[in-house]
Amino acid sequence: MASLARRNLFHDKVRFAVTLTGIVFSVVLTSIQLGLFIGFTTATSNIIDNSRADLWVTSKELTHIENGLPFSERKLYQVLATPGVESAQKQIIQFGSWKRSNGAVESITLVGFNLDGVMGGPWNIISGSIQNLKTADAIIIDELYRDKLGVTHLGQTVEIGGYRARVVGFTRNIRTFTTAPPVFSSFKNAQNYGGLREDQTVYILVKARAGVDIKELKKELISRLRDVDVYTTAEFSRKQKFYWMFGTGAGFTVLIAALLGFLVGVVVVAQTLYAATVDHIREYGTLKAMGASNGYLYRVIIKQATISGLIGYAVGMAISLIPIYISQRGTTAIILPWQMGFGLLVLTLLMCIGASLVSINKVTQIDPAMVFKG
Amino acid sequence: MQTAISVQNLTKIYSSGEAAVLAIDGVNLNVNSGEVVLLMGPSGSGKTTLLSIMGCILRPTSGSVRICNREVTGLSEKELPKVRLDHIGFVFQAFNLFPTLTAGENVELALDLKGISSKESRRLATGLIEQVGLKDKYNVFPSNLSGGQKQRVAIARALAGNPDIILADEPTAALDSHSGLSVMKMLHNLAHKGGRAVVIVSHDNRTLEFADRIVNIEDGKILKEHIPSIARMRKGTLPKRTEIANTIVG
Repeated sequence: MASLARRNLFHDKVRFAVTLTGIVFSVVLTSIQLGLFIGFTTATSNIIDNSRADLWVTSKELTHIENGLPFSERKLYQVLATPGVESAQKQIIQFGSWKRSNGAVESITLVGFNLDGVMGGPWNIISGSIQNLKTADAIIIDELYRDKLGVTHLGQTVEIGGYRARVVGFTRNIRTFTTAPPVFSSFKNAQNYGGLREDQTVYILVKARAGVDIKELKKELISRLRDVDVYTTAEFSRKQKFYWMFGTGAGFTVLIAALLGFLVGVVVVAQTLYAATVDHIREYGTLKAMGASNGYLYRVIIKQATISGLIGYAVGMAISLIPIYISQRGTTAIILPWQMGFGLLVLTLLMCIGASLVSINKVTQIDPAMVFKG
Repeated sequence: MQTAISVQNLTKIYSSGEAAVLAIDGVNLNVNSGEVVLLMGPSGSGKTTLLSIMGCILRPTSGSVRICNREVTGLSEKELPKVRLDHIGFVFQAFNLFPTLTAGENVELALDLKGISSKESRRLATGLIEQVGLKDKYNVFPSNLSGGQKQRVAIARALAGNPDIILADEPTAALDSHSGLSVMKMLHNLAHKGGRAVVIVSHDNRTLEFADRIVNIEDGKILKEHIPSIARMRKGTLPKRTEIANTIVG
């Protein structure tokens, strides 16, 4: 038999269109905002997550990675002397200033690393190589920021912190959360660009020996080193994400927008489902008089909500995929993993079923005797 | 004949704040299988309230209601729908068909309520729609049916699941004379050929000729209960309309 829920739902096409619009709006807004949140979160800790280091030695009370204070490189030797350490290397990550050929100045995130090490360098290199960075003024930037930095070709020379720099390679999709694009160079170059003394570093990246407990090694390093903090890569990544997402309020803004999208969906679906229920109230009363249990009526309403949710989700996700796809070519990526997509489906269905509770309450109160009233 | 419905010492009081209205006042009534009982009376006399109580839709304030020999007054709100589903079919003045379902699907829905499979529902509904003479209207939506056709679909729906009792509230009120006659014949046959107890609430004098018993209600009480002369004359077949009319007039 044709489903009563389906027929009731599709019977009034205008109302169904309004319901769908509400759900689609909700799905698009929620998915884009959540995707932005994940995109931003990923971008904040990109460099940490791809460092291949096990532990990070940082200046004391660091709030975020771009804000590290320099300390003496002598600590590197203390780290190397610690049992369980496979290798360690100096690293610079800090804001710098990039002067475009037209004189405009842009902020950048300087990333200076040991070219002979295995940690802290660029990834996804699509042009040039790390070996190209061995020349005195060489840098690698991400192609996403070519326009922003005014780079038109490989070999172009620019100015960083008053020093000459030459673009020798490009990476792909290495984004930063801030407006400061990442610029990779040798540690030595970065010292110059960042104005550090020769005996200073900003971070020490540590690789543990195979089989060594990272947390035990962290404790050991803390006991040996003074005036610095030690984090596992996962801890440091979380700290960085938390600072930018919640410390600055940026994440709250995005999440609140997602929540608003969700709430708008709930309200629209609840309102339209309720209006549909009221329109069909006599039919529900007839069903009750005929002997339908409340459970049967609930199923009809929940089925309507579920069908609306499924169609709204499908349309909403199809629309969302367009900006998600386009964003992959931009500096702000919207990332929506399939798990999140599935979670959003569950959320959409819960939203629709939750919204149907108002209607369920209405049919629960129907007096079947109403069918005898004219 | 078996007693399908039995109400004893029935009262119903509607309370609204401090005001109370006695809608049914000590009514005793038995309706047998195979019998058409007509409840008549002026508006507000309590006939629809009595029908609602007999249909297990409304609870009496006091008294006993037995449906197919089962006392139902003490049943819970969860048990009463099952009694309606198992024993009672309803026919309403305004038809109360589902506008988004076709004629056949309206009948299928009633079978679906009983948990009958979709395939079997379709088969049974086809038979019922044929039975009410609407074979070619199975896939037609109610909006495209005449009043008489709608009421016949409603009767087919009421018959879904083979109930023991049919309760009809003003089934001819919204119909022209020809359709009204057709519907009444059908209800009459459901009692006389189908062995069902049929209770009809009506103001319509056209329904008188089909009643085996007429119960006049006023102010919540049974004022008069009588067997019309037509019924006494009837010998298993319907009399000609002219004869009936003469009898009524006479």
